[in-house]
Amino acid sequence: MTKVFEKSSAFFDTFERKPSMQKTTHYCPGCGHGTLNKIIADQVAELGIQDRTIYVGPVGCGVFIYYYFEGACASAAHGRASAVATGISRANPDAITVSYQGDGDLAAIGTSNAIHAANRGENMIVFFVNNNIYGMTGGQMAPTTLIDQTSATSPTGRTVKNDGFPLQMAEIIAGLEAPTLVARVGVNNPKNIRQAIKVIKRGFEIQRDKKGYAFIEVLSQCPTNWKKNPVESCKWIDEVVSKQYPFGVFKDIADEREAVERSCERVEFAAVSEQLGLVDTEKESSQQIEMLQDELRFKFAGFGGQGVLSLGMMMAKLAMQRNMQVTWLPSYGPEMRGGVANSSVVVSKNTIGSPIVDNPNVLVALNRPSLVKFGALVPEDGLIIYNSSLIDQIPADLKGQAYALPATDLATEAGSAKAANVVVLGFFAKKTGMFSLDELEGFLRETFKKQALIDINLKAVKAGWQAAKEV
Amino acid sequence: MKKLVKGNEAVVIGALVAGCDAYYGYPITPASEIAHAASEYFLPLGKIFVQAECEVGAINMVYGSASSGLRTMTASSGPGISLKMEGISYLAGAELPCVIVDVQRVGPGLGNIGPEQSDYFQVVKGGGHGDYRAIVLAPASVEETYQMTIEAFDLADKWRTPVFLLTDATLGQMMEPIDIRQEPTQRSDKPWALDTQPESNNNLITSIYIDFDDMETHINQLHAKYKQITDSEARAEVYGADVPDIVLTGYGITGRMLRSAVDLLNEQGINAALVRPQTLWPFPAKVYQEIVKPGVPVLSVELSRGQFVEDVRLSLPGHSVKHYGRVGGNLPEMGELVEQAKLCLQEAKND
Repeated sequence: MTKVFEKSSAFFDTFERKPSMQKTTHYCPGCGHGTLNKIIADQVAELGIQDRTIYVGPVGCGVFIYYYFEGACASAAHGRASAVATGISRANPDAITVSYQGDGDLAAIGTSNAIHAANRGENMIVFFVNNNIYGMTGGQMAPTTLIDQTSATSPTGRTVKNDGFPLQMAEIIAGLEAPTLVARVGVNNPKNIRQAIKVIKRGFEIQRDKKGYAFIEVLSQCPTNWKKNPVESCKWIDEVVSKQYPFGVFKDIADEREAVERSCERVEFAAVSEQLGLVDTEKESSQQIEMLQDELRFKFAGFGGQGVLSLGMMMAKLAMQRNMQVTWLPSYGPEMRGGVANSSVVVSKNTIGSPIVDNPNVLVALNRPSLVKFGALVPEDGLIIYNSSLIDQIPADLKGQAYALPATDLATEAGSAKAANVVVLGFFAKKTGMFSLDELEGFLRETFKKQALIDINLKAVKAGWQAAKEV
Repeated sequence: MKKLVKGNEAVVIGALVAGCDAYYGYPITPASEIAHAASEYFLPLGKIFVQAECEVGAINMVYGSASSGLRTMTASSGPGISLKMEGISYLAGAELPCVIVDVQRVGPGLGNIGPEQSDYFQVVKGGGHGDYRAIVLAPASVEETYQMTIEAFDLADKWRTPVFLLTDATLGQMMEPIDIRQEPTQRSDKPWALDTQPESNNNLITSIYIDFDDMETHINQLHAKYKQITDSEARAEVYGADVPDIVLTGYGITGRMLRSAVDLLNEQGINAALVRPQTLWPFPAKVYQEIVKPGVPVLSVELSRGQFVEDVRLSLPGHSVKHYGRVGGNLPEMGELVEQAKLCLQEAKND
């Protein structure tokens, strides 16, 4: 005698994850979930993929699927099963990832996550259990509730005017490029169950072969909330529900598709180091810079595009290479208004407290608004370098020592007005003795990649250096 | 080797050094450089990088990969963190290790992209539903951002809990050198993880306990763990005078500015000290109790109208703690901080 029907080996023998009544399910009599669970378990067992299968349960009547399936399980927040399954599938490229979701979960609160997982073509099989109602929460209207169907939140029946039309998820998903299998099946009679078994088997084969995203909508009966007996409920699916949601395979293109392999590698530090381009270049000139004060606080300001942010960065990098503590901070908040971009740099022998520069020791002003805005903040022993190519009048309230440098003109002579910032760098280095010309030239050669740019900037830095000699 | 990087980039480098396997995120200013750097480095290394459809999607992908035993992270700024909060509650409930970075910006609502520290309540006190906690690390420099990111992954693994790194627009955007080298990092064994081995067939990642007694047991166990974390992981930097006449306190960028203020006050003959919490949960209450002697005034500064100060006050029962805050994206000037400290001292004398 052969056994023709038995409990699937992919189910637990007793449901020990269930706190009580460990021999029965939590589903109501006549509910479609149990039948669907059985088909899934049978297919998983038959294909020999039980150890590789990871189930993600939803919020809703499917919330307790982990009671039954003997496999690794995660429960997701309401609507998020497809996102959680994405994280699981990416982390386990060899897993068969199952996302099991109801209609409130997938078609209302989690629509975005569901559509995008489908659109990315995640390797996962999604079971969308459509019983056109919120079951677990007590029979409220779902996006899939039929027109005129009554529910706890549509007591006189769903209307198009108030609630729109029933949402046809399978058809929507089938319209996307990535999914390889999209179908709608039923579990309400033997004929539909036979077809469901066929389609679900196909879905799992696609997963086994890593052929992307499979979406299977399952019309399921909910006698409790439909307020019909199980027999009437099964009939109602054939006579009414399936008219709104026709059965069928809307798309099966898995045979045309290549397997999708996504990597999840653990790498050693050496690989990270190479990726980051780390090279140990212990500079010989690791001697600290001699400065007039232990800490210099710079403000580099000008129009956007004059290179004040990169000038600050160059200063910070140069000082860092000489073992100084440095910070670089781009303009923020109100300072950005009025065409004054700026960066603040602190160079210090010691640990730097605040990186915010209120009263700069050194101000570089490449346009007039910058000089007006920051000039008076420089104390008497401070240094101001202003771009005399663009500034003909200097404010009366300056206290610091101000130097006029025709930075834009000199840069233009060197080949590009954009190199005005590098002219300033040369000028400042010579004026303060903080960096040698050799050091600057070496730095510019490392900083710029194209030879033409290197040439312009080398000319510019020399022009600035020369100008400082002449002041 | 030393590399001059933005705070946001330091997060990603720290994550790589810690062996982070997966990054899921969504663009938002001023945190976007984290996603930029993650996309640049993770994919070529064969690691996971996914730009999610939304913040909610990102945190739930984190849940999936963390369930699978990966070192997983996400990053955002205030409005995005608000959206992630549901997922963070689930992560805490299911005891999943992961790292979440909040580069704070100005709120409420759309606010602006300047720096603020007004996500304190949301991040430190919970934010999501239910009775949970998450470890919160608060760096004050780019180097500390880098180091704390590495540490965050270890703490997450050690305690099976989400760990926040709480920075702000200034720390995220500023550049400082970090010294990148192989760091010791402790990846825990995760026998509970979901994978494709038969041993994991009995593994279940969930936060639902339908039986009330089971649920109570679970919550009590969480809190037994939180007690251990409170006892062992709280810490703060203390700086300045040994016997202070005034104690300044603040975290992150503010704490760092207060370090300069302490120097200025000491130069002016006022004995000042700084307490800068490096963990916000657990809060280093004991450090305050050791440093702040009776009668010594405390000035608490933050970029909000008074969130962090509540924890300072709870740490110093019966003690007078003055709050000073700037908001809207504005940072206090150094002179302003010194003036507030003097005012605080004066008020204490008048009392």
